[in-house]
Amino acid sequence: MDAYAVRDLDLDLDAFEGPFDLLLTLVLKDELGLADVDVAGVVLTFIERLAERESPDLEACGEFLVLTAALLELKARGLFPDEDELAFDDLDPEEAAEELAERLAIYRRFKAAAGWFEERLDSESDRYFRLGPAPLAPVPQRPLAPQEPTSLATALRALAAEPPAPSLRHLELRFPPVSLFLDRFRAVLRKRRRFVFDNEVDALSRVEQAVAFLALLELRKAGEIKLGQPAPFEPITVWGVAA
Amino acid sequence: MSLRLVENPVDRLARTIEALLVIAPSPLSIEELATASEDETERVETALGLLASRYREGRSGIVLEHVSGGYAFRAAREAADACSRLVERPVQRGLSQAALETLAVVAYLGPVSRPEIARIRGVAADSAVAGLVERGLIAEAGRESEGGAVRYRVTPLFERVFGLSSLSELPRLDDLAADGDELRARLEEVAGRRGA
Repeated sequence: MDAYAVRDLDLDLDAFEGPFDLLLTLVLKDELGLADVDVAGVVLTFIERLAERESPDLEACGEFLVLTAALLELKARGLFPDEDELAFDDLDPEEAAEELAERLAIYRRFKAAAGWFEERLDSESDRYFRLGPAPLAPVPQRPLAPQEPTSLATALRALAAEPPAPSLRHLELRFPPVSLFLDRFRAVLRKRRRFVFDNEVDALSRVEQAVAFLALLELRKAGEIKLGQPAPFEPITVWGVAA
Repeated sequence: MSLRLVENPVDRLARTIEALLVIAPSPLSIEELATASEDETERVETALGLLASRYREGRSGIVLEHVSGGYAFRAAREAADACSRLVERPVQRGLSQAALETLAVVAYLGPVSRPEIARIRGVAADSAVAGLVERGLIAEAGRESEGGAVRYRVTPLFERVFGLSSLSELPRLDDLAADGDELRARLEEVAGRRGA
């Protein structure tokens, strides 16, 4: 079996019947889908032919390996079609072969470059350097110590228990009775004809001041006092109305 | 009478450069070092030579290296095991074959767009490109034209991870895949004979 015998290798496959070089030409012209070609069948046929010889022809084996590898590569890449794939229909066989071979050659170069990068990464794996902010330390593995099922059940029961209702006592507002301030203001007016409201309530809390103001309005409503304020937010002066 | 030692001015500059290299997040060029230290580039080179002899493998745990177009400190290789227990190296960990091929295309042809990468590799490159951008090994480098595809180039971090002083240190593509032409010739020969 010489080098020409590889090209003339007669194939009898489901999708193709004829010599090997015709199969290659049809594939390159895209007239035969590689997905339909049983490459394993091609290999088996070649091995059968090889077995008929007394001694193996290494040159023929080498060429067959290269051509079969190219077929397999084309078939594998054909499984992921590119939208921009150039149509080979318009090309004659030589141009199609040229285009395919060109693409394969380019791809092979970058595949080899990727291999070089991988080797380089391996040979430079002991290079450590500071990269901007300090990198994160590896997360230490903390295997769990042997656990008792009963203690786990106790822990789960504690988690499942209803938590106590939170206390809202600190949010409660305590309102003093309005009557307290009514009596207080009446007592002040019995001693003085007038007083300044702001001075009387200055030391009280905001809630107590609000209730004191309500008491003031009640007295005004009952006609017991008169109120005066020169401008908004100015001190309020209170006069007692004689009965 | 006290004895006063006369300090070599290059020693003082070397100490300044040491300080600059310690705080720098990336390699510093001679020009950057000269600007920061307000000194001349020739004297900076001399000081770097002094530091290189001081910070070298076998003598110091810190090594001065010329990488990615500048100078930077790194850990000595003999301390690599200890370093690996202290810090992760997520940038270079677990780069897939697709990522390495994409990286090779960008390194040799960059700036290059995703469609161009896909045309060479024969498969879509979106995922590989996104992964490399996330790792900081490649970065956007403008568009082919207004509204065109985004192009990518390798970053200084790429050069540092691979220990390259510049991209010119990459081997020639033809040297890496010498069998490409042979394959092409064989395919052409076989197909051409049928077409003739």
